[in-house]
Amino acid sequence: MIELEGLTKRYGEKLAVNNLTFTVRPGMVTGFLGPNGAGKSTTMRMMLGLDRPTAGDVRIDGQHYDRLKDPLKYIGALLDAKAMHGGRSARNHLLCLAQSNGIPSRRVAEVLDTVGLTAVARKKAKGFSLGMGQRLGIAGALLGDPRILMFDEPVNGLDPEGIHWIRNLMKSLAAQGRTVFVSSHLMSEMALTADHLVVIGQGRLLADTSMADFIAQNSRSYVRIRTPQRERLLDVLHLAGITVVESGSGVLEADGGRAEQIGELAAQHQIVLHELSPQQASLEEAFMQLTAGSVEYHAHTDAPYDVPPPAAQQPQPPQQWGDDWNRSRR
Amino acid sequence: MSTPQPPMPQTAAPDWQAAASGSPYPGYTSPIPVVRTHLGHAIASEWTKIRSVRSTMWTLGVFVLLVMGIGLLTASLVAANESEGSLAGENPLSFGVFGLLLGSMCIITLGVLTTASEYGTGMIRTTMTACPSRPRVLAAKAIVFFLVAFVVTFVSALVVALADVALLEGAKEPTGSEWLKGTLGISLYIALLGLLSLVVGSVIRHSAGAITLMIGLVLAPLVIALFMVSSALEDVRQALFDYSIPNQLGVFYTNSLSDSGPSGWDPLWIALGVTAAAFAGAVALLQKRDV
Repeated sequence: MIELEGLTKRYGEKLAVNNLTFTVRPGMVTGFLGPNGAGKSTTMRMMLGLDRPTAGDVRIDGQHYDRLKDPLKYIGALLDAKAMHGGRSARNHLLCLAQSNGIPSRRVAEVLDTVGLTAVARKKAKGFSLGMGQRLGIAGALLGDPRILMFDEPVNGLDPEGIHWIRNLMKSLAAQGRTVFVSSHLMSEMALTADHLVVIGQGRLLADTSMADFIAQNSRSYVRIRTPQRERLLDVLHLAGITVVESGSGVLEADGGRAEQIGELAAQHQIVLHELSPQQASLEEAFMQLTAGSVEYHAHTDAPYDVPPPAAQQPQPPQQWGDDWNRSRR
Repeated sequence: MSTPQPPMPQTAAPDWQAAASGSPYPGYTSPIPVVRTHLGHAIASEWTKIRSVRSTMWTLGVFVLLVMGIGLLTASLVAANESEGSLAGENPLSFGVFGLLLGSMCIITLGVLTTASEYGTGMIRTTMTACPSRPRVLAAKAIVFFLVAFVVTFVSALVVALADVALLEGAKEPTGSEWLKGTLGISLYIALLGLLSLVVGSVIRHSAGAITLMIGLVLAPLVIALFMVSSALEDVRQALFDYSIPNQLGVFYTNSLSDSGPSGWDPLWIALGVTAAAFAGAVALLQKRDV
């Protein structure tokens, strides 16, 4: 269990983490979400005693991190994939970690096997791909067989097989009764793994809710319909008590109705349908709405990169084969 | 615009909840025995670290090559050119100083890398997570590095000293105290110089910067003193000469550049004091700063 109480971190003028209070409970995967620069990594570093909080407190099973006598058996953390010396072999990297906590050295071979790096155990970490580095980091986190696991953006750089593997790993770790705390900026990724959600933006707590509640509150299901006989269908649906919203370009969205029901109604009244599909608003959108006010780094989609309007008025020189080549040569 | 959501995983109530309900902090309990970690664990870890990177082998290899190579070369050159009585009354061990002066650059580099390279690679975050007691990490690094640096320097210096005595028959037989200073004393001094570099590396957290600073510390006072021609600066010039590190190395062979300044075992006490003060400062900074 990780308990945060009024946790605050200030870098000069900038408040990176602002009065965070929440609890990460055992037996489930807790997703820690926020846009880039929201303060996720800073919060995790403070949990691990790497950064000193400006105010507030973090406790790991009731203790401060630096009071833990055998930290790797309490918390295994993957902070970033490259937090290792590139010149050291995977085996030696894990061995020096194991020794620092009195963990039997046979665990090194065990965790290397768990993450699938046994074949490259004697290779230098420098030559590892991002995905392999990530696996080695995860091996380090698992080394002490800890009660609490903390992963900062674990799927970064992993291939689809690796992503699938880590999802299952996190779920099975939580099912064993461990506390699993995972940060991400991808809502869709969290929807697949997390049971509980903590959302922050600009260092502030925006949501602390179960995943099921978040989905129930934020996902709108509707049926998307396209038809050439728009007026007739609207009448039929109105009579059946189904509310319909027009969402432009001839698309109708029926809230609350089921696709089967609408299809049958249309058949009864011999209305031609071009499309009839059940839809769910994405959680990614709900997440973006939630954090909209607190996104630190906006990409500006207007001005410079806008596609210029079609230059119909400007006389275009007739295109000829090799034109571009000639122009670039001049 | 909108995508269908994948189904949510629903986990059944696990049985660990019932099992662990007695403890105030329920959850998983590992079969691995709990060990209270202490400095010994940190030292074992640092020993694995220092022997598992190639830079250790390189810097120490070049060090041995320089100390022994230059030491033996000097001794044989002097032996070949000595005329009757030219070495009379000279300490034959003193010809080892040239190799050690150049070799000290390698020890400085290794000292800095022991701490600063962890900041460069990000390994420091892993290290500090595994051992949250920051003074313990620095102490373990200091102990392991000092022992490695001392043993390698002592063995190299001893080999060169024995060769010097064997080759230079015209020189006097070194006294017991001269033997002690020329092997043990100088090795402790070089190892302390490396330890100071390790501490500087921990404060500066940047390998190239810390190495530059340390090499500057070794060479700059002597070089600056060489160009201080004004008589008004005579006192400053003399102090720079006396306390420059190459001169202090010479003191161990009692062939100092000047008659004033440190003598006997003084350089060792000076190095010990400076390193201890720097170490205390580094620990205070380490506690205060974020990793």
